[in-house]
Amino acid sequence: MNDPLIIAGTPFGSRLLTGTGKFGNHLLMQEALLASGSELVTVALKRMEFVSSDDEIIPYLQNSQFQLIPNTSGVRNAKEAVFAAQLAREALGTNWLKLEIHPDPKYLLPDPIETLLAAEELVRLGFIVLPYIHADPVLCKRLEEVGVAAVMPLGAPIGSNKGLLTKDFLSIIIEQSKVPVIVDAGIGSPSHAAAAMEMGAAAVLVNTAIAVAANPVEMGAAFKKAVEAGRMGYLAGLAEENNMAAASSPFTQFLATL
Amino acid sequence: MFQEQYDLLNWDTIKESIYNKKAPDVEIALRKYKRNLEDFKALISPAALPFLQQMAALSHKLTQKRFGKTVQLYIPLYLSNECQNICTYCGFSYNNKLARKTLTQTELMQEAMYLKEQGFEHILLVTGEANRTVGVPYIQQAITLLKPHFANISMEVQPMDKADYSTLIAAGLHTVLVYQETYHKADYHLHHLKGKKSNFDYRLGTPDRLGKAGIHKIGLGVLIGLEDWRTDNLFTALHLSYLEKTYWKTKYSISFPRLRPAEGFIEPKVVMSDKELVQLICAWRLFNEEVELSISTRENENFRDNIIELGITSMSAGSKTNPGGYVTSIESLEQFEIDDSRTPAEIVAMIKRKGYQPVWKDWEPFV
Repeated sequence: MNDPLIIAGTPFGSRLLTGTGKFGNHLLMQEALLASGSELVTVALKRMEFVSSDDEIIPYLQNSQFQLIPNTSGVRNAKEAVFAAQLAREALGTNWLKLEIHPDPKYLLPDPIETLLAAEELVRLGFIVLPYIHADPVLCKRLEEVGVAAVMPLGAPIGSNKGLLTKDFLSIIIEQSKVPVIVDAGIGSPSHAAAAMEMGAAAVLVNTAIAVAANPVEMGAAFKKAVEAGRMGYLAGLAEENNMAAASSPFTQFLATL
Repeated sequence: MFQEQYDLLNWDTIKESIYNKKAPDVEIALRKYKRNLEDFKALISPAALPFLQQMAALSHKLTQKRFGKTVQLYIPLYLSNECQNICTYCGFSYNNKLARKTLTQTELMQEAMYLKEQGFEHILLVTGEANRTVGVPYIQQAITLLKPHFANISMEVQPMDKADYSTLIAAGLHTVLVYQETYHKADYHLHHLKGKKSNFDYRLGTPDRLGKAGIHKIGLGVLIGLEDWRTDNLFTALHLSYLEKTYWKTKYSISFPRLRPAEGFIEPKVVMSDKELVQLICAWRLFNEEVELSISTRENENFRDNIIELGITSMSAGSKTNPGGYVTSIESLEQFEIDDSRTPAEIVAMIKRKGYQPVWKDWEPFV
């Protein structure tokens, strides 16, 4: 099945994006990401070492399978985000950027106002911007208008593993969006990922659920299958759920008399 | 200001409400998805000790969910042991007639470069309170010198005015640790006899001033041993809850320093067992899933090795508590004795053996 995910004109075979935080070690991270088949991999700028050290994460991600997407985790406003994006571009030599602005360090919820401001500026500066945002359909349209390459609405609070709590809003976003919709944050199990794909999401991003699993490599592989199955189900045309019971006897005799 | 809330609180009533918690209160707290201050009381109460296994399992799970299998590493860098305060438990106390030392710029850089070579990127600057020698200008200069070499600069020094914090934040300061020592005002005065630190209210208002100045992170805690640790930690939890709501862009961490032997040492009024410290750490995690929990080299090897899996998210390694202690003035007066004297490399190896990733760098100065 030739069904690439296309973002900013670039085709990708995998619809599973992954994060690189929270793993017990870098080698395990690398093995899990390879098993997941993920091609788009985010890495936090704040975790990158710019001088040689045994903490360095980048060498483990230098694999032809991976397109690295630096993220701006840690910034609190648009100004800091633009600065961080430029640092990241310089460090990794890529225009790809996952824009994350969460001034709230407790729940890491994105600031919609600063995100829109930063996205506009970053698109102007030539970045391929993938913003992490609330499942807010209007905000998604506004971001699309300023030229982001995709939108990344959250399914549930980040790291919560609660699944698609924002399902109703995600389905509106998917219905309305002209850019790929990547469900980010909250996906805690392969079935959540499959459900997002069945809804018509272009892709999902998973981090905690793989990194913190007892066996991250097996979990990476499980997510790969789930995303593929969900996508295949979506394309095959899911039978509609009935939202009313079909009455076995007529509701009213009146209709028969007409 | 937290002071307004504090003035309405009664230590004895709160203490009684903690000690009145019974096993069913603990069971309710353990079953809950989100726990409140009443649940926290139950979890730190003596009634929770028989539930330590369940608390540890939950704390382990919640910590991994939020922080993953990682441990953040940091190192204290003592700049000076000069101090105008007289405090009953501290080696730097003014009445402790021993030679004083403040690092020169050259010594500061020698010490810092040594720590950098060990791999540290997160550094904690510590001084006593001596405004003429180690006031705001000295600290500002230290931050300016260190900023190009370290990803993250914290400090644990005297409380300051908001304007001073703004100056230091602009210079590159990321985090301030300011422990209240005890929230029991009368006892606070028994231990802080002279000097600016004897002003309880000014210290209590410090996190407010930091929050207003827009600091990235504030570290809270009490010195365990001065007063009833359960009540003191409940006050800390109240303080944290107030701060999280008021300064919502700021991150918080909690520490659990137990009184350690030092020059001029006093006996702890209350001795906390290792088991109780585990209980306290787990209770904090169950109460607040997002707060960072930190452990220093005050604790011994065995305790530190095992507590990593039970809620702790950051630790120091290879610490010296005297200015110049790493390279330039190894024998100078220390603040307190450390217990875990392993090198950073040994700590890193231990963390890896546990299946955790030691994290040296988790910040990039964005502004």
